[in-house]
Amino acid sequence: MISWLLTPLSYSFMQRGLLASLMVGILCAVVGCYVVLRSMSFLGDALAHAILPGVAIAYLLQGNLVIGALVAAIIVALAIGFFSRQGSIKEDTAIGILFAAALSLGVALISSIKSYAVDLTHILFGNVLGVSTTDLMLIAVLGLIVLLVISLLYKEFLVVTFDPVLAATMRLPVEGLRNLILVLLALTIVVSLQTVGVGLVTAMLVTPSATAYLVTRRLPSMMMASALIGALSSLGGLYISFYLNVASGAAVVLMATFFFLVVFLFAPSRGIVWSVLPGRRHPSGGEAQ
Amino acid sequence: MSPVFSSPCSDEPARLDLIGVTVGYNNRPVLRDITLEIPHGARVAIVGPNGAGKSTLFKALAGLLPLQAGQVLIHNRPIGGHQDCIAYVPQREDVDWRFPVTVADVVMMGRYGRLGWLRRPGRRDHEIVARSLEQMGLKELAHRRIGDLSGGQQQRVFLARALAQEPHILLMDEPFSGVDVSTQEATLLLLDQLRTQGVTTLVSTHDLTLAATRFDRAMLVNRRLIRYGPVDEVFTQQALSETFGQQVFFLNGAVVVDQCCPPEPG
Repeated sequence: MISWLLTPLSYSFMQRGLLASLMVGILCAVVGCYVVLRSMSFLGDALAHAILPGVAIAYLLQGNLVIGALVAAIIVALAIGFFSRQGSIKEDTAIGILFAAALSLGVALISSIKSYAVDLTHILFGNVLGVSTTDLMLIAVLGLIVLLVISLLYKEFLVVTFDPVLAATMRLPVEGLRNLILVLLALTIVVSLQTVGVGLVTAMLVTPSATAYLVTRRLPSMMMASALIGALSSLGGLYISFYLNVASGAAVVLMATFFFLVVFLFAPSRGIVWSVLPGRRHPSGGEAQ
Repeated sequence: MSPVFSSPCSDEPARLDLIGVTVGYNNRPVLRDITLEIPHGARVAIVGPNGAGKSTLFKALAGLLPLQAGQVLIHNRPIGGHQDCIAYVPQREDVDWRFPVTVADVVMMGRYGRLGWLRRPGRRDHEIVARSLEQMGLKELAHRRIGDLSGGQQQRVFLARALAQEPHILLMDEPFSGVDVSTQEATLLLLDQLRTQGVTTLVSTHDLTLAATRFDRAMLVNRRLIRYGPVDEVFTQQALSETFGQQVFFLNGAVVVDQCCPPEPG
């Protein structure tokens, strides 16, 4: 058993991969709590795809791919806000339009670059085993910044998410704080690109925090539980990927989904199984901690 | 863009001045040209039929709706600053009831305005939260998730939060309609509590008896200000007829207001 756990660690690419997916797993899981609570999963997915043209343009201009991705994500986030604030179309419609447009633009650009076609699958599904030391540093620094902002503005984000009316009477800059959450989300997605890729990052944002939501009653404990589930999914997924030789991003997401299903079915007081079984209904929901 | 949190609410209770205030939605005014002065510590009932613009007025005072014309002054300063120290209890809280917060968490949010950026709640804040919970009879429920409470209990949580805010001005939109007796009593208790602290309170209500017996001043509105002043001067047959039109009639000295109809918009 011990050697089963240690063998992958003897490869330096696995060490870097494990570290990267651990950090990304935790980061996504914490930021994902806001995504789940504000029902922004579709927006998260859209932002992830919006990254594609940014990466392609940065590649064409021979610039930094991460910065290209970040700029694209922020432009799309603010554009979605702009279109839906006009009031003539709903937010999810605006997201749907911009998300498909950005993805198409990305594919069009990438298909024109012949030499780049190989790397497309890496953008779509991640390539955690190709993480370099520079990538690791970047993930660590950006991730720490995001987590630091979340912990410093915990109160403000809580009020803006739970009760915008109170936030307004407290004269908080509600729009500014909401945009800041979007920027943090964009940063998180860019950082996750390398490990799980555009196609699967939404799962890393949504699945661990949705699982945590089922077993906690307060936001801080939801974030902790989510981070734990995100970390376990990342580690478990990577080991599975190593031994069964399957794509790492997919293995991580499947692992997270497995945790979700177990909790959804068997969570104390909220699990589906208990409410179906006669006589096992708990009188008060949400007591689980 | 950020409000200055370093200067807390000033010490004296707030005076509220409205000068030619017009508010409404999308350039359609709901309430026009309201001018009045509310002395500090006053308890004012706002009375009017459905659609008269009571909720709209509250939203404007809470800073949720921009003024179309005129000015609102609190402590002789225009609204919008953190020093306003306003607590607003809407008719129906528009929050996500499935959000992972406990009753104590929600009441603690009332302290955030005074705490300001980057500071965490201290011992005094926890004491004030505990006291507010106790006063609203919620001590036993402090660690329950907000969504697990009954409607009346949820309403009391938001009253406790208003109390924890230590506001200078409290705005309560229809706190007496559609609630159980214990919540109604808790609300009246809260009003008495706040009176001893010199808090200026504005409460909208349909209940003329309550308005006449529990308040110092009353404001009759119906798309405009019809009358404002001490209760016994405001509730005259003529002023009530002007406010409620055909909905009010007088029977052997009793006032009957017939308000069956459509719910107030917004």
